[in-house]
Amino acid sequence: MESVGNIIMYFIIALAIIVFSVLTVTTGKILRAATYLLFVLFATAGIYFQMDYEFLGAVQIAVYAGGILVLFVFAIFLTGKPGQSSEPLESAKKKIGLSAAVLGALVCGYALFTKAGICSALVSQPIDVTINSIGSMLLSTEKFGYLLPFEAISILLLACIIGGIVIARKR
Amino acid sequence: MDFSYSYLVLVLPLITFLFLGLMGTRLSRKTAGVIGTAMMGVAAVIAYSVALEYFFGADQGQIVDGIRQQIIAWDLTWLEFTENLVIKVGFLLDPISAMMLIVITTVSFLVHLYSLGYMQDHEHKYEKGLQRYYAFLSLFTLSMLGLVVAPNIFQMYIFWELVGVSSYLLIGFYYTLPAAVSASKKAFIVTRFADLGFLIGILLLSFYTQTFDFITLTSNPTAAIATAGGATFMGCSVMAWALTLIFMGGAGKSAMFPLHIWLPDAMEGPTPVSALIHAATMVVAGVFLVARLFPLYCLEEGTMTVITVIGAFTAFYAAAVACVQSDIKRVLAFSTISQIAFMITSLGVARPELHEGVGYMASMFHLFTHAMFKALLFLCAGAIIHAVHSNEMSAMGGLRKYMPICNIAFLIGCLAIAGIPPFAGFFSKDEILVAAFEQNTFWGIWMMLVAGMTAFYMFRLYYKIFWWNNPDYGHHTPHDAPMTMSLPLIILSLVSIVAGLIPFGEFVSWNRADYHIHLNMTVAVSSVAVAVVAILLATKLYLKENSAPAKMANAFKGLWTAAYHRFYMDELYQFITHKIIFERVSRPLAWFDRQIVDGSLNGLANIANSASYAIRKLQSGSIQSYVYVYLIGALLLAAVTVICLI
Amino acid sequence: MDLTLLMYLIPSLIMFCCGVYGFITRKNMIAILISLELMLNAVDINFVVFNRFLFPGEMEGMFFSLFAIAIAAAETALVIAIIINVFRMAKNIDIRELTKMKF
Repeated sequence: MESVGNIIMYFIIALAIIVFSVLTVTTGKILRAATYLLFVLFATAGIYFQMDYEFLGAVQIAVYAGGILVLFVFAIFLTGKPGQSSEPLESAKKKIGLSAAVLGALVCGYALFTKAGICSALVSQPIDVTINSIGSMLLSTEKFGYLLPFEAISILLLACIIGGIVIARKR
Repeated sequence: MDFSYSYLVLVLPLITFLFLGLMGTRLSRKTAGVIGTAMMGVAAVIAYSVALEYFFGADQGQIVDGIRQQIIAWDLTWLEFTENLVIKVGFLLDPISAMMLIVITTVSFLVHLYSLGYMQDHEHKYEKGLQRYYAFLSLFTLSMLGLVVAPNIFQMYIFWELVGVSSYLLIGFYYTLPAAVSASKKAFIVTRFADLGFLIGILLLSFYTQTFDFITLTSNPTAAIATAGGATFMGCSVMAWALTLIFMGGAGKSAMFPLHIWLPDAMEGPTPVSALIHAATMVVAGVFLVARLFPLYCLEEGTMTVITVIGAFTAFYAAAVACVQSDIKRVLAFSTISQIAFMITSLGVARPELHEGVGYMASMFHLFTHAMFKALLFLCAGAIIHAVHSNEMSAMGGLRKYMPICNIAFLIGCLAIAGIPPFAGFFSKDEILVAAFEQNTFWGIWMMLVAGMTAFYMFRLYYKIFWWNNPDYGHHTPHDAPMTMSLPLIILSLVSIVAGLIPFGEFVSWNRADYHIHLNMTVAVSSVAVAVVAILLATKLYLKENSAPAKMANAFKGLWTAAYHRFYMDELYQFITHKIIFERVSRPLAWFDRQIVDGSLNGLANIANSASYAIRKLQSGSIQSYVYVYLIGALLLAAVTVICLI
Repeated sequence: MDLTLLMYLIPSLIMFCCGVYGFITRKNMIAILISLELMLNAVDINFVVFNRFLFPGEMEGMFFSLFAIAIAAAETALVIAIIINVFRMAKNIDIRELTKMKF
């Protein structure tokens, strides 16, 4: 039995995710889409907090909401006039997209509801994920150590930085 | 001094052709003409030196045991395919090629000179494209010289085609006139058709004898014929076929019936070109070809009969047509056909055992004299056309008062061709008649009759131009041509008078030994008598304007009309090519090709095309549709997994 | 009332389907990128909740999400650089108009 606060929190988060996701892809104005995405990202961070992964939630807010969204906003301002509406969608394309989305939802939903055994699992035990343990795991070479992916990601980020500079540089 | 410098004879015209062809437009027309003429003059001098050196020069092995040798001045291997299949380019000197060197360079040089005067318009400005004209003349001279000195049959074939091309270019020189364009095409296609036979003949001959070389072929003709090993095709030996097909090529170039139809039309070209190509040099290429392979021909009796019959018939046919034509160049064209047919007949009746092969010598002799006096007649005709601006006899008459030089030159030409002693034609034609009588009295009488017709139509032409009536020329009185045109006339007149006195038999005979010409008095007297009678008849009919010719034409209306229309040979060709070949053969074949052959391929192409159109949407380049398709696929897999496995 | 795994998976599924819909229908390249982020985010949520509900003692799912966020950040930065570059050349970021490199 969950605490009432937790349940209310869950519903707020779920509602926010569903509503803002739909709004993100249906709004005509691109800046609004970015703003709704921000709300979706915040709601996602809420889920992480609810799952007791505070560090992940913080990263989600810092990197996604703080970094990527700002990039989006910059890009939107650089490539178009603010407040500009996109043209209405072609109905054929709309149908195709809608059919793909609905079909995906149906198949996955069917799978979820038929696997009720796993899906009805509950949060069984409290966990305590400290920054300390995350840090030592990231840099550990033992079992459940993530040094190799960590280094790979570092190289990837470096390559992205250089690539971004090279691509965006004025010739 | 050996003969290696003889390559200059070929190289000089080639240089002139390239220079005038590439640089001509940068020169003034007069400069181009003078350069062309001067280069031709130099080439002529060198050719004379080569020929005279060969005939009279210090002994370099030209004569061994009283027989003139065939000398290869130089020889280059051009293409070597196999041991036997080697194509060479070289320079063969023997009596007939040396004689042809003289004929070609003389006439060519005089025509070059004459053209300087002739190729001018009324304001005495040189005609447009004169540089091109001289370039083509050089090309023609080069190819003709290359043809006669060819030491192998393949080089001869190459230059043979080049001669055809340059003839085509020169007939079509006035390319803005539709008549000239179609005449040039006709000449090219007809001779090309004949050359197909020539090529097949060459291939047959070379296949069996394993050589292209003239000396190898003719030095031992019996062995060469024997290489075929008695193989036959449709009842005749393969060698007879090969030689007949080679003769077909010669008949095409020499305008023998029934391949003669291109020559009268070729008169659309400039008149000096007609004089050079279509009277003196190119059209005798067929005669030269047969003479070149004569040792082979005289072993194939059937082929020789074919040659004789074709020659004799063509001589008569062309003479009959020439009697009624009204265009002076047409008359001369048919006269040319007739005279070349004389040469062909003479070769056809020549046999080594008959009177020491007099026919061969007579043919070459007539070739030599005919080149001179026919060029003279054509150049005179050119001067007349230049003066009255028309080809039709009706526009002429009484010209003797206005053009004295031309009158005398033309008269000399007519006397020469009619065979009146002591003019050149008498001696050569007399030898031909002797040869014909030697072989068969029928051919002798036939050829004598044709010789009489020759005298008649030539004097008809002469009187119609220079006597007949006295039309009113208005303020534009005809006058003699300028010196550049008159000089060649005078030179050729002199040559036409004296050429018959050359002891030709000492230079040229079938076995290259000395042959002493001795007149056969019976033949000579009777042929002169026939010629004189014909001339008198022409004088009676055409000296003064009268109605007798018209009455005669009415009396034999059908015959006259048929002859005027050249016995409908062109119409017959038209009928065969258009109505039978085009309509009945080509059109169904074209339909089959277009509908069935092309159609099946087009059908395949169309299937591939529509299939490509059908699947091209799969490769749209739109990432969104790729994602959609990928997603559908993934969802299907997921659905299968969920339903079947879980 | 219990909060089961299913209750977390359903918003995630809806988010993912919205991402698919947006990706297929949108014409603006930035909008397409936004839809892509939605899909990525839905996957992150799935990793985390599976980890938390089924394997609470381990942290693979969390780390996976952590790396995914880092990679998403890098990818977004790169794609936005490309978009700006394309805009500089074509004065346009409508995906249907960018056919210059199409055969």
